[in-house]
Amino acid sequence: MPTIPADVLSVAQLARLRIDETALDDVTDRFNRTLKLVAQLEEVDTEGVVPMSNPHDMYQRLRADKVTESNQREALQKTAPAVADGFFLVPKVID
Amino acid sequence: MAQEALTYASATELSVSLKTAEISAVELTEACIDAIAAHNGTVNAVVTLCEESALAEAKAADLKLRDGSAGPLTGIPLLHKDIFCTRNVATTCASKMLANFVPPYDATVVSRLRTAGTVMLGKTNMDEFAMGSSTETSVFGVTRNPWDLNCVPGGSSGGAAAAVAAGFAPLSTGTDTGGSIRQPASLCGITGLKPTYGRVSRLGIIAFASSLDQAGPMTRTVEDAALMLQAMSGVDAGDSTSADLDVPDFTAGLNQPIAGLKIGIPREYFNHNLDQRVANKIHEALNELVKEGAELVDIDLPHTEQGIATYYIIAPAEASTNLSRYDGVRFGHRCDSPQNLTDLYERSRSEGFGEEVQRRILVGTYALSAGFYDAYFKKAQQVRRLISEDFQKAFDRCDVIAGPAAPGTAFPLGAKSDDPLAMYLEDIYTLSVNLAGLPGLSIPAGFIDGMPVGLQLIGRSFDEATLLKMGHRFQLCTNHHRATPTMAGVNQ
Repeated sequence: MPTIPADVLSVAQLARLRIDETALDDVTDRFNRTLKLVAQLEEVDTEGVVPMSNPHDMYQRLRADKVTESNQREALQKTAPAVADGFFLVPKVID
Repeated sequence: MAQEALTYASATELSVSLKTAEISAVELTEACIDAIAAHNGTVNAVVTLCEESALAEAKAADLKLRDGSAGPLTGIPLLHKDIFCTRNVATTCASKMLANFVPPYDATVVSRLRTAGTVMLGKTNMDEFAMGSSTETSVFGVTRNPWDLNCVPGGSSGGAAAAVAAGFAPLSTGTDTGGSIRQPASLCGITGLKPTYGRVSRLGIIAFASSLDQAGPMTRTVEDAALMLQAMSGVDAGDSTSADLDVPDFTAGLNQPIAGLKIGIPREYFNHNLDQRVANKIHEALNELVKEGAELVDIDLPHTEQGIATYYIIAPAEASTNLSRYDGVRFGHRCDSPQNLTDLYERSRSEGFGEEVQRRILVGTYALSAGFYDAYFKKAQQVRRLISEDFQKAFDRCDVIAGPAAPGTAFPLGAKSDDPLAMYLEDIYTLSVNLAGLPGLSIPAGFIDGMPVGLQLIGRSFDEATLLKMGHRFQLCTNHHRATPTMAGVNQ
């Protein structure tokens, strides 16, 4: 089922991407071509097959619940676009 | 050693010259820096050069070489793909999004290779966020193939492959999510190994698809790949998916015979998707291995064709999740004067990410969204298991699987950049290996019209040793890996 530009815009909204209106038809066209490629999977019989999310079917190890990191706020915030008083700055969210 | 001999020698050969004081680490580092200065203007493989720190590291290596505490990699120059976090050195993933990112820490791979005594020359070019097979989506511009400067080097570790081929460094690191070490290694005529998923820590590697990503060595010889893999491998407390298994001595096993080993030839790898001339080269290479006592058996990997569709759901889905961290708040690109939080997110991301990255985020978001999850993501994960089972069944009948690493040789710049689906086909022989988490090695197998062809060897889980042994045996009886490019052909 091909998607239409409105579908692509709603996916873009979920992904927090802004698609330029002039590019929308092109983006939709390419999106549909990719969907057509992945639609090949419909032909594969997967009845009863357990989904595989990790190549070794492994569970993640848990480590002991103790503090291992030291405070590196200054070093970590050095790469932030906007900080003040040790906080990350974002636009006003509550008026 | 003459300059040319120095910059095209293997790390193993250079290690001997360093230990016998025939050359110093500083001289070697200077030779690499000179080669980069001479040719990087056209090849564009190196995006950050760390001349000062490299010379300081080389001096420290010379002290160790003199006091007898040197290891096999002490003083050997290397380049890291710009996806590995390097402390106080820009790490961009070739994206505008991370143009100003300077990590406060080293990736585990970087710190382990540093501990092994290597000299870090700088960082290499790549497709943006490792999403591509041609190194054409980089914010730094395209990298050119040293064998024909009008052609792509492959990707996404195209800078790493071109740098080793061009004599900039004997060693470089790469990462491989769907073929990003093996395909550029094939197109640039070098050796590239994707280890088993979990063999090498992913801590500090900028994430693309976390259940597929692995880092590995890109080198001139299999012998060097063994040395480098040794230094990179092993469990890491900082990556809970790194395997808690003993790491074998890869170098010690290299010279064991390959007689009696069975090599599986998948029928599905030799069909209409493959350039017939490449098929011929692969068969010639296999004959060399037969002369050494290996046996060929026909096998089937029936879901090979569906591997592409499976990969192009799973990888974008994982990428859309991983790349949600780029929001313009804690690090990375931030748009000017955001009006509100949504505006900050949307504009920062749309300005920071390139076209292919946005395309994959969209597909991944769609595949994971309500109403489509079962039809796309779950379905792909089920086919992933079938692909993995195909390999397991094949390994009941053989020890190694062999075939091409890529469907053709290097293609001209721009030839596939407007057709993402044609580009995706580049990885048809490599990406199912990532889906199954297996190790894969690409080694030079000859030339077609002067352009390199790579032979891919695929192994059982955590059996890199057999691949290395077979690859090394091949390089003992062939000279393809010793050929050096002319770096000619710029007409653009």
